[in-house]
Amino acid sequence: MTERTPGDLVQINVREAPDDDEGIIMSAMPHGEALSMRLHWSRDGTSQLSVPYDEKLVGDPDTGVLHGGVVTVLLDTACGSAVMSVREKIRSTATLDLRIDYMRPATPGKTVVARAECYRMTRTVAFARALAYHDDPDQPIASATGTFVVERPKEIEP
Amino acid sequence: MTPVDRHIRREQEREAVLGALASSVPYNQFIGVQFDRLGDELTGRLPFQKSLIGNPFLPAIHGGVTGAFLEITAIMQLAWDRAWTIMEDGGDAAEALSNGTFPPVPKTIDITIDYMRPGRPRETYSRASVQKAGRRVTNVHVEAWQDARSKPIAMLRGNFLMPED
Repeated sequence: MTERTPGDLVQINVREAPDDDEGIIMSAMPHGEALSMRLHWSRDGTSQLSVPYDEKLVGDPDTGVLHGGVVTVLLDTACGSAVMSVREKIRSTATLDLRIDYMRPATPGKTVVARAECYRMTRTVAFARALAYHDDPDQPIASATGTFVVERPKEIEP
Repeated sequence: MTPVDRHIRREQEREAVLGALASSVPYNQFIGVQFDRLGDELTGRLPFQKSLIGNPFLPAIHGGVTGAFLEITAIMQLAWDRAWTIMEDGGDAAEALSNGTFPPVPKTIDITIDYMRPGRPRETYSRASVQKAGRRVTNVHVEAWQDARSKPIAMLRGNFLMPED
């Protein structure tokens, strides 16, 4: 994995990511299944996930806009998936901290897509960031920056 | 109706307004958040259910769900503070509130969540404290814990855009 600067996120993911993949429901994760969250791909320290619009996920009953909590779950999972995809030998990750900026409300009725990348991996901590949007990453709904504790299998630890 | 009866009724109305306010947000019901009230201070309760699990091997509650629970708590505390003021002031606005017409909900600008411990498969609690209530922007801290208040599983700091009157 090459190290990347924060400004590269959108560019890199747009260039490398196919968009036509329907993905699979993340049924191994009970909460992923509850949200019908889809994993489109995760490889080489990047990932794309999505959550379809559902009225039961609304946070503002006056407008029908999705609750920020849904976006938080999506961005957290996308970052975690990106971290997991850096190397095959990562057993699991746990979020250490996560910052989310909400730039515009999600549009009612539309699927929310998240793209994430792990831009730095150390022995125990991974640094990741992600964007949530509908169709165009240049019109982001929210961005996330997080640090993740990486659990490796005992046998490969030095 | 005696004065005492009127006070009892007002107290019942406060409980009813809180219940209606919390359940007016579909997502609150989706993850199953409930609120208990001591005066103007709310305590969030998130009963454990299988659908909240993020890591089925530990098992642990999804970190995003814990974050969402913290954010809900912040928003509900701000909405409740506003509702409380309206109820105490009385008049048409208080009447509307009793009939289930609530003011617009505050909008999240940014949040930062620190995770200290994994969320175990049991009930989680939360409490928010408003650090600075500005005219447009309010800063809120929220803590979530399970067995012991002194052992938080996660904390949130956030800025929220307050709806205009």
